Amino acid sequence: MKAVRTRLQKEWLENKAVYVMILPVLIYYFIFHYMPMGGILMAFQDYSPNLGYFGSKWVGLEHFKSFFTSYYFQRLLVNTLMISVKDIIISFPMSIIFALLLNEVRSKAFRKGVQTVSYLPYFISMVVVCGLVRDFTEAGGFISNMFAAMGGPQDGLLGNPGYFQGILIGSNVWQSLGYNSIIYISALSAIDQELYEAARIDGAGRWKQTLYVTLPGIASTIIIMLILRVGNLMTVNYQKIILLYSPATYETGDVISTFVYRKGLLDSSYSYATAVGLFNSVINLVILCVTNWLSRKYSETSLW
Amino acid sequence: MTKRTNGEKVFAVFNTCILLGLALVFIVPIIHVVFASISDPLLLSANKGLITWPLGKPTLEGYRLVFLNNVIIKAYGNTILYVVSATAIGVMLSCFAAYALSRKKFMVKGFVTFVITFTMLFNGGLIPTYMVVRNLNMLDTRWAIILPNCVSVFNIMIMRTSFNSIPDGLEEAARIDGAGHWRVLFAIILPVSKAIIAVVVLFYAVQHWNSWFHTAIYVTNRDYYPLQIILREIVIANSTSSLDASGEPGELNLSRMLVKYAVIMVSIVPMFALYPFIQKYFVTGVMIGSIKG
Repeated sequence: MKAVRTRLQKEWLENKAVYVMILPVLIYYFIFHYMPMGGILMAFQDYSPNLGYFGSKWVGLEHFKSFFTSYYFQRLLVNTLMISVKDIIISFPMSIIFALLLNEVRSKAFRKGVQTVSYLPYFISMVVVCGLVRDFTEAGGFISNMFAAMGGPQDGLLGNPGYFQGILIGSNVWQSLGYNSIIYISALSAIDQELYEAARIDGAGRWKQTLYVTLPGIASTIIIMLILRVGNLMTVNYQKIILLYSPATYETGDVISTFVYRKGLLDSSYSYATAVGLFNSVINLVILCVTNWLSRKYSETSLW
Repeated sequence: MTKRTNGEKVFAVFNTCILLGLALVFIVPIIHVVFASISDPLLLSANKGLITWPLGKPTLEGYRLVFLNNVIIKAYGNTILYVVSATAIGVMLSCFAAYALSRKKFMVKGFVTFVITFTMLFNGGLIPTYMVVRNLNMLDTRWAIILPNCVSVFNIMIMRTSFNSIPDGLEEAARIDGAGHWRVLFAIILPVSKAIIAVVVLFYAVQHWNSWFHTAIYVTNRDYYPLQIILREIVIANSTSSLDASGEPGELNLSRMLVKYAVIMVSIVPMFALYPFIQKYFVTGVMIGSIKG
């Protein structure tokens, strides 16, 4: 007992300043992250801001029940998953391929130039990106015109439910391909050059070298990124959807988070929206844990 | 260099073409904005295609209208205020937290790390967070724009990784001379960490410069609007009516498209202007982040 106390005393004496330094960040996380976690309680209430968490009526799982049985449930879940899965299938491999292609370029200046240009869209705000997407894909926009000339819809792509998810993913790729490729480029540059030398001596051409040296060399990076991405399966870029969708495209564009935004902030159904949002976060967390567990079991690479 | 086989030569040509094509895809929309912003207003209004050269006689009319518009100038000033203060707070808190978490002997290190990183896995969600801001009486204040997102786990972690890699010898020498933690942080750690500080400043500044959603849900007072919210009205709702209050309504309406592109330009130019100076750090930062994700 005494030993513990002297240890604590020593820790306090030595690290008093360190505690002072960490305090503001802890306060920040407490207020803006842990207090909202406590606020999740309102998913089980009929929360009214005037009555507060203690005065509002408890309703148990009612909001969850009404969401699961609602007309929108299936559509929201399918849209969320479809957008996310399509995004993974398309943009995830693209950033790896982009890094691999850059890696094969011998001219350093050309490589640097392409890289620099590829990061530029990352610095443009979502509002501007969505503004440009609107310009290009509304009726008469140049991308709409290209599709119209090839036999696509004549009245613009953006308002067309069949094209909405494609527009979303295409603009994601445009904005983040370069940024996402950075970590693969750095992983590629960390591969031991002697491995390539050895492969060449064994008679491996460029293709074989890529297959047996390059890809295994970045495999653990790929797996980590894949866990992170799959673990966020239910997270879609809802801010972007809010800027691009319209009632005409709710059919394919409305996802759980945009529904939470509309119900909670535009209709003030606070408790119902919180319940829907909680459903989304819990599924996300479960998927992340399962992916991490699977990865640890089969590939010995994991987040924790 | 070993001699290249024919197959490799074909691949090299093919590869160069693909990458050139991609580079073009990245840059063309940006060129479109640049040239649209100096095009002839009437031709621009009628135009629907991709602009790869200024339409008509190049003019700075759009910029004149933008810089004469009180609504835009005020929003620009607000944005600068929010970016500077939120970045300053964020960088300061991140430095402190990163220093604490890079100590070898700090009893609650594991606990604090867990508390911070857990928020990446799970959060209260949109509505409970909104309620916290509301219950703090921060709705419709500038604080609601500055505080709720001023610290990011990612930035703390890349700073900590960087602080961890500073040789212990430097710090021990100072400790022996009797320097406390504050002295060690300000006199030893921070001066050798200029690169990582630049990275974190960049990440925070870009984030705050471009953010719009939290302002949109927390603030309705137009006096507090940052540029992105005004931009949203102009480029998403395609309306310049909010700008008209400050005079010259007819003129603005005629040049609506021109104004739109000129505003986009003045909103992205500061980021692009910053970029060349900081590109090296930017890439390093993302890489450090990826090692210790």
